[in-house]
Amino acid sequence: MRTSRFIRHIFLSFLLVFSSNIYAQEPVRLAFLDPLTGAFASIGNSGLKQLEFAADYFYNSKGGILGGRMIEIVPLDNKQSPTESQLQFRRAVSEGIQYIFQGNGSAVANALNDAINRHNRRNPGQEVMQVNYSAVDPILTEDNCSFWHFRWDAHANMKLNVLTDYIAADQDIESVYIIGQDYSFGQVVSDTSIELLQQKRPDIEIAGNEFHPIGQVKDFTPYVTKIVASGADAVITGNYGADMVSLARSIIDNGLDIPIYTFYAAYDGITATLGEDGKNRIRLIHNEVSNPYPTEERKEFVRAFKAANPNNDVTQPRITNALRMIVTAMEETQSTDPYDVGLALEDMRFTTLSGDEIWMRGEDHQVIQTLHISVHTDEGVEFDADNSGFGLYTEFSAPIEDSMVPVNNCRMRRPSR
Amino acid sequence: MLDVFIFATLNGLVTGLLLFMLASGLTLIFSMMGVLNFAHASFYMLGAYFAYSVSLYFGYWTGLIFAPIIVGVLGALVERYGLRRVHQHGHVAELVFTFGLAFLIEEAVQFFWGADTKNYQSPDLLDFPLFTLFGQEFPAYRGFMIGISISIFIGLYYVLTKSRIGIIIQAALTHPHTVSNLGHNVPLIFMCVFGVGSALAGVAGVIAGPVLTTFPGMAVVLGSIVFVIVVIGGLGSLAGAFIASILIGLLQSYAIASDVGMPDLLNLLGLEFDRNHPLTDLWTLTLPQIAPILPFLLLVLVLIFRPTGLMGKREQ
Repeated sequence: MRTSRFIRHIFLSFLLVFSSNIYAQEPVRLAFLDPLTGAFASIGNSGLKQLEFAADYFYNSKGGILGGRMIEIVPLDNKQSPTESQLQFRRAVSEGIQYIFQGNGSAVANALNDAINRHNRRNPGQEVMQVNYSAVDPILTEDNCSFWHFRWDAHANMKLNVLTDYIAADQDIESVYIIGQDYSFGQVVSDTSIELLQQKRPDIEIAGNEFHPIGQVKDFTPYVTKIVASGADAVITGNYGADMVSLARSIIDNGLDIPIYTFYAAYDGITATLGEDGKNRIRLIHNEVSNPYPTEERKEFVRAFKAANPNNDVTQPRITNALRMIVTAMEETQSTDPYDVGLALEDMRFTTLSGDEIWMRGEDHQVIQTLHISVHTDEGVEFDADNSGFGLYTEFSAPIEDSMVPVNNCRMRRPSR
Repeated sequence: MLDVFIFATLNGLVTGLLLFMLASGLTLIFSMMGVLNFAHASFYMLGAYFAYSVSLYFGYWTGLIFAPIIVGVLGALVERYGLRRVHQHGHVAELVFTFGLAFLIEEAVQFFWGADTKNYQSPDLLDFPLFTLFGQEFPAYRGFMIGISISIFIGLYYVLTKSRIGIIIQAALTHPHTVSNLGHNVPLIFMCVFGVGSALAGVAGVIAGPVLTTFPGMAVVLGSIVFVIVVIGGLGSLAGAFIASILIGLLQSYAIASDVGMPDLLNLLGLEFDRNHPLTDLWTLTLPQIAPILPFLLLVLVLIFRPTGLMGKREQ
């Protein structure tokens, strides 16, 4: 009798030790809230693969973080809709997830920002952090800036500041045509481009300023007809996804031979679709330098990613930056509480895979980094896009000082603890 | 201004004729089975994807011939083993069936081909400007699109009105029992019409894929507009679908080409609002901005003022 009780004791204590061990090994869960179906599915799925790969490559394959906890990425499909995003956000909250990666669409990011702020006000101790890796509406770090929101991409005004410098330096350009999706981001691109161009090159004429409904246009040829008729020397557009491909295809198909300045005209099938026709005509403003890649470290990462995902590319290095900076902050504070991590992220300086130092400005939670303008070409492209032989070659790099835009309207309310 | 007008007309025709190829199949299937096929645009997408895959190995022209055949056979199979079984449970079941099928096809496309845009190119043979007018090029491929669409319309019209098969089909639409009693296999006719309707959507996909880009969202983008056309044209009316397609193609194209908007209207009325007005978005709205949603506006108007559609003969 006694021995059996003794055994039971040992068994129970084993069970306890074992279960607490399981508890310690509970994964750190990060939600990825982006379109995984519908018209913008390709960008969302590609981002998801990059986040999953980065988590495995840097952490899970090396024994996890915070003393052995794995990172688990939880994909949530928001179908690019603000409403659906709110539903999926509730789901993430009910599952106890405290970090939400989201990038596609500033309309979604703004809605999510509202939802997260409301949730955090009402649920102290269970706050959620918005990890914005790509939504570039400046308002998110200006009027609507929030302690719980961090942005790893340069916002539209920063990008346009560099882009208009570049355009202004090109004396051959006498008029530009601006076309964009009819929502907050497209409007910002248009307003800011016009304002900055008038400052930098008052002689440049704005030949057109067009908006079209997002994801609704089947054929851009009628728009291209107008661009041709306007006699513009260059096009500026913030379009992405299918809207970007269709626009570029129409411009090329209709024999319009002028430079197109874009934010997102590469990868996820776009580069392959443009191919030879787009060579030396399409330019992108983006963060993280393109070909030639400056460090062996980044080349290795990209090669490893390609080995695991032969049909995808590392399109958004900022996803990796976001993940690595958050994990650095978690390790620093030995905590997964978004409040602690948020404080550690403020004014963090971090060296990316390209060897660039980037800075998370504490005042508005906007990352400050070098920006680059690259051209769509097949020359000097060691790492191509879409396995097409074509890719991006960096022509112009703006140092961190030139890409910085001062904080104007951010009055951040800091949570008191 | 003239150049914009001419090109807007041409662009409108291309879009309109493309839409007609989809709408014709949809409206035929509707008049036959009395059910709206929500998966119709999905067959259009399948056409583009099959043609893309075939063109990788055998070139564009082989794709143009075989992709619609594959889609047509697939459509016929769907009718034979899917819709026909669901049919006995009534229209709602059929509607839900096609609705589900549309989702299924979209997921399948993403599963087999991936979610990114496919590099489906027009043939090199047609890679030249057909003509240049006022410094604008009109690509030969668009001329080819117009040619194919018009020849299909003429062919379809001829078969349906002049040939023996067409007469049997028309009879089967209105008097299926009589046709059946005369010894014709009516279910077979229905299956063939469904197959041909799907194949037409497939053709549209094959020729539109290189221009409108081939991606998993292409069915959704075009799907809603095709329903608008079928309703505006009058459910089940081929001629109505034709008129509505061209009408909507031109309407959108002209609206984009135009440069008028609310500011012009306000100027005309001598009104002015400052930029901080709460409705400033409304006062600065321009016609090109809302062009892609004009068809839906037209749909609402048609439903209010002429619920049967332009050429519809729907009984009360």
